[in-house]
Amino acid sequence: MSSAFHRFRFAAVAAALFAWACFASVAAADDLPCCTGEETFIPYQPAPGDAPDAPNAQRRLLRICADPNNLPFTNDRLEGFENKIAAIVAHDLKADVLYVWRAQRRGFFRQSLKEGNCDMVMGVPAHFERALSTDPYYTSTYCFVTRKNDKLPLKSMDDPLLRDLKIGVQIVGDDGVNTPPAHALAARGIVDNLVGFTLYGDYALPNPPARVLDAVARGDIDVAVVWGPLAGYFAKREPVELSVMPRLRPPSTAQATPSCFPSGSACATAIRNSVTN
Amino acid sequence: VAQGVACCDVVNRGAVFDNRKVFINTLDCYTCAVDAETGKELWKTQVGNIYIGETVTMSPLVVKGKVLVGNSGGEFGVRGWIVALDENTGQIVWRAYSAGPDSDVKIGPNFKPFYEQDKGKDLGVSTWPPDHWKIGGGTVWGWISYDPELNLIYHGTGNPGCWNPTLRPGDNKWSCGIFARDPDTGDAHWYYQWSPHDLYDHDGVNENIVLDLPIDGKPRKVIVTAGRNGYFYVLDRTTGQVLSATPFVRITASKGVDLKTGRLLYNDEKQPEMGKVVRDIAPVSAGAKDWQPACYSPRTKLVYLPHRTMAMDYEAVEANYVAGTPYVGVDEKMYADPVDPGDGSRGALTAWDPLQKKAVWRIKESFPVWSGTVVTAGDVVFYGTMEGWFKAVDARNGQLLWQFKAGSGIIGQPVTYRGPDGKQYVAVLSGVGGWAGAVVAGDLDTRDPTAAMGFVNATKDLPQHTTKGGMLYVFSLP
Repeated sequence: MSSAFHRFRFAAVAAALFAWACFASVAAADDLPCCTGEETFIPYQPAPGDAPDAPNAQRRLLRICADPNNLPFTNDRLEGFENKIAAIVAHDLKADVLYVWRAQRRGFFRQSLKEGNCDMVMGVPAHFERALSTDPYYTSTYCFVTRKNDKLPLKSMDDPLLRDLKIGVQIVGDDGVNTPPAHALAARGIVDNLVGFTLYGDYALPNPPARVLDAVARGDIDVAVVWGPLAGYFAKREPVELSVMPRLRPPSTAQATPSCFPSGSACATAIRNSVTN
Repeated sequence: VAQGVACCDVVNRGAVFDNRKVFINTLDCYTCAVDAETGKELWKTQVGNIYIGETVTMSPLVVKGKVLVGNSGGEFGVRGWIVALDENTGQIVWRAYSAGPDSDVKIGPNFKPFYEQDKGKDLGVSTWPPDHWKIGGGTVWGWISYDPELNLIYHGTGNPGCWNPTLRPGDNKWSCGIFARDPDTGDAHWYYQWSPHDLYDHDGVNENIVLDLPIDGKPRKVIVTAGRNGYFYVLDRTTGQVLSATPFVRITASKGVDLKTGRLLYNDEKQPEMGKVVRDIAPVSAGAKDWQPACYSPRTKLVYLPHRTMAMDYEAVEANYVAGTPYVGVDEKMYADPVDPGDGSRGALTAWDPLQKKAVWRIKESFPVWSGTVVTAGDVVFYGTMEGWFKAVDARNGQLLWQFKAGSGIIGQPVTYRGPDGKQYVAVLSGVGGWAGAVVAGDLDTRDPTAAMGFVNATKDLPQHTTKGGMLYVFSLP
């Protein structure tokens, strides 16, 4: 995987900012609990066989803005796959790493890349508009997640079974955005048997987006339609055996819209030009 | 992290004073009481959970020893509520939700809504797809009014649950409406829904001004309010009956309000639809008027409305992401209303006659008027502009009497008071921000018309007229 990163073009980030400031900012609450601005420093570790460091070598610092509680992508114990990719990049650059932790929600890009608090964000969708990104490095799809014992033969969003099953789907609030499967199901009139889970979950708990998979395991819902990296990672960690069915075909109606749905959503990495400076 | 998990940026609409105490809400969902003399904290109560996206941004109201507080977070799919805390202990006395079973909403034997559409059991459940009320929105982030004679409080509710209205068929009660409640118990007495099954993010939380007006020759106890959906409403505050609903700006999103049924009549041609570009929707999603309070003069019998005159396009969808997960978004683009006024102005201060149901005068402003207003017994109206002008105009005819250029745009609320020296003062906070001011406050890239949810397209010239800031100005009258 390391070699793939040599293809990165380090590019300047333009227009990394995005603000959906609804209301007036008059006075800030200054006693917010915990964690604002928390950071983790990881010094460069030469791998076995690497040339020894020159004495007093000046390390470059690679600052990464990431969510401390967002597996399988990142967490503050560095267990996410984006953490692991970041370690490879840092090693190739012979750089120390500084993680700057912030929940990846509204304001994330504004308060990370845009404010110059970090040099890199590890994952954004291809064709992301708020920052220049590298080439895509993976592609995924939304998946049906069911209990293996139920043997549900779901094949596509047009499967008639979806009219009767209790379907869990992650839903965003009224912010002009929603997840692709929520729109795809709505476009098919599959609404009354949906169970909405907030995409954000309860951030005080570990892995807040995993509740929809817990609900499949518990039998509260029959099927969840979940973004591949979440589905694959958490399905294996549930107490009952779950089946993850990727390869959902694109929606059959033009109305169902999203160009990213369901298989085209590749992610890439946004890197500030300061890495190369 | 708390800031990272807060739904809607760092906002506070002010502290209040009662009985030698100051009460203030914090973004992370605490209500605090402080001794006004010593500054000592008297109590601090957690009223919500920031980790599920709830915040508290509103200014509380104290009624009969109870501190009334509501949540924000409709953008994160939380469930709205209003809570009453004991002024002396901070203990929660009651809590009423804006969705869910009647018992949660505090709908009981006292609940007598005026219109049929609001009658029935557990409408807070049945007007949603199953379980959707749990993320049903209807937050209470605006102002609360109180009528001591009727012993009723009045509060609005915000937008319903999730975006893409087809996911939530039904009226989505009790979002985008107004409740009359007993402040002692929280019991709902009536409810009226401004925007059933909201399509445009037209929260119903704007201030409700309590007035007694002669309607058709008879004195009526009313509430007047100018909604985000563009109508100026006069409601009977004892029953919730709509006495009139008159557009105060050009409206394309709906065709009127049926006074028999109370129902807003949507315009099918302007319904947002996935994958389709819908042009010239008015008012914009921020509304014809947002939370910035109007005022009423008993001398001129006019209501002074700070508002905007804008329209928007709902453009194509795009892929984007939250927390590593792709999502689908709408591209929204707001602009000066091309028809009325059609001269590129984006806001106005309108003197509105609630009885004649018409504007008596209007001062057009280049930018949306996002400050509050105050009117004095000397027939002077004060308001601020986003460029930073603090203006005094004649309440009778709108003639400009005085203006002052503040250090930053004004989205605060002017107040007037008599100082300890017996002099009258007017104070206003300058410091641009909010949805329309984000282009300055957040240094947004003016080349992106969809930034700040489409508002940058409409206010991209604001950085040429004002800068960031935060300063309290106090003026004494001669």
